Amino acid sequence: MDWLSSEIWIAIRLTFTLAFVTTVLLLVVGTPLAWKLARSRGRWTDIATAVVAMPLVLPPTVLGFYLLLALGPGGPGGWIAGLWGARTLAFTFEGLVIGSVVYSLPFVVQPIRNAFEAMGERPMEVAATLRASPTRAFWTVALPLARPGFLTGAVLGFAHTVGEFGIVLMLGGNIPGTTRTLSVAIYDYVETSQWREANILAGGMAAFAFLVILATMAIDKRFRRSAP
Amino acid sequence: MSGAIDVAFRGRLGAFELDAAFIAPAHGVTGLFGPSGCGKTSVLRAIAGLTRLENGRCKVNGEIWQEGAAFTPTHKRAIGYVFQEPSLFPHLDVRANLTFGAGRGGGVSFDEAVELLGLAPLVDRAPHNLSGGERQRVAIGRALLSQPKLLLMDEPLAALDRAAKDDILPFLERLHDRLALPVVYVSHDMAEVERLADHLVLMEAGRVRATGPLAELQSDPALPLAAAREASVSLDATVESYDATYGLSTLVVDGVRFQVPTPPQKPGDRRRLRIAAGNVSLARTAAHDSTILNVLPARILSHAAGPYEVVAVLGLGAGARLLARVTRRSWDHLALAAGDEIYAQVKSVSLAR
Repeated sequence: MDWLSSEIWIAIRLTFTLAFVTTVLLLVVGTPLAWKLARSRGRWTDIATAVVAMPLVLPPTVLGFYLLLALGPGGPGGWIAGLWGARTLAFTFEGLVIGSVVYSLPFVVQPIRNAFEAMGERPMEVAATLRASPTRAFWTVALPLARPGFLTGAVLGFAHTVGEFGIVLMLGGNIPGTTRTLSVAIYDYVETSQWREANILAGGMAAFAFLVILATMAIDKRFRRSAP
Repeated sequence: MSGAIDVAFRGRLGAFELDAAFIAPAHGVTGLFGPSGCGKTSVLRAIAGLTRLENGRCKVNGEIWQEGAAFTPTHKRAIGYVFQEPSLFPHLDVRANLTFGAGRGGGVSFDEAVELLGLAPLVDRAPHNLSGGERQRVAIGRALLSQPKLLLMDEPLAALDRAAKDDILPFLERLHDRLALPVVYVSHDMAEVERLADHLVLMEAGRVRATGPLAELQSDPALPLAAAREASVSLDATVESYDATYGLSTLVVDGVRFQVPTPPQKPGDRRRLRIAAGNVSLARTAAHDSTILNVLPARILSHAAGPYEVVAVLGLGAGARLLARVTRRSWDHLALAAGDEIYAQVKSVSLAR
């Protein structure tokens, strides 16, 4: 595969590692958040919903700017980095992961929350009448019933992270193997008039996006058919 | 061993005011009966702990589930709950649904529940491949297998069509006959209550109007049951003999014999008779040249006159009660009054179960 230079491979590997780690973290963080939002009502729920949804409408540069402040030497990120002797979380892979988690949160929380809401109260009530503690009911009833929401959320979170650009640029700069993701690489190639490489990457990502959308549709359809 | 179900719930649920208290025996089936929207389901949910009313008391067999600030969460109450819709877990097959809450303990075993509810052909299927009636039977089995000390049923037949209802009722009667499990059964359908309940809690607009043995409430002229068009009494009877020539059973209620055309019956079996008020007429003398088989000496205990008809409560034998509905003209013509010794002519008796 020498038609793709090694720096492209590095960018591909980095991008998919970032997307994978981000998706796992998003599921861990997003599930309890989605559960809480699905099962409570009131002003605080509305406020939390709005905060989670903000990355949908905020320009990535704005979000990236605040993340840069937060992760940089003067923010809490800098303090955390100090624990292992570093000065900042910006311009690092870890910083990029944190940024991606924040940026893609609504894409994961929303489908999971919808799935929890679609389930209704009844299954949890039934589980309680069958002596299942709330924890056991959550693991054995709520999670399996919300499975389509998790699949959709994971696919969207992964794809969205693969495709992000503004946040990466604001937070990470352009360090090969650490913060130089595919979308940044495309930008670079265009800047330096390497049209062939830009074409390959752009085409590949377009195909990837198409497949992702197709996959979510297939998941949706499958679960709608097997629904009770 | 038979304690009591002692509950009192008061509070607001949305725009609805609930203030219901009753004590029912913790054995047999207690029907929670009343029109739609009178708070029956709210009471049942409060007994289960699914709804928490701040002013509540719930004691079952001496065990306190709610009193003052004490509140046992649903999953720590030894209840089985059958919802109006079967609510099976769609991601589990029938077997996994049945065993979801299955506990240890000396109650119903898996095989017993499967046999009792006729579930054998269903256990390896998925819930969405079952009919409504089959699903509800699985839901009942699932509730039984959680080894409850109290079974709560919220109109388990209301969402089913006539055929599915007729399919399940015999299973419910078998439960009643074979398990010593107290049941609170919510229904707005008197026909179901007549077949299943032993004890009745009559609800109206969030309050308990009356509570007592089924037959007693049915024959209380002060309650709306006796005045209803389809008023009837349910009498628990024992089969004395069966006459195969005419297909006629003799059943005894409190020392009074009824002859009822039925399929063959085993002497000693318990049956429930249903006698509608409209099928009982009154006579001063016993007619012996009539086609009516059951002509029984009775005493008029009380009566309530409506605009066109009079409903009389009759006492028979050692305490059984009947309702008779006659026209006001006949009532006046025969100059009937409470205390009179008369003959009740029972045109038709049916087996409620």
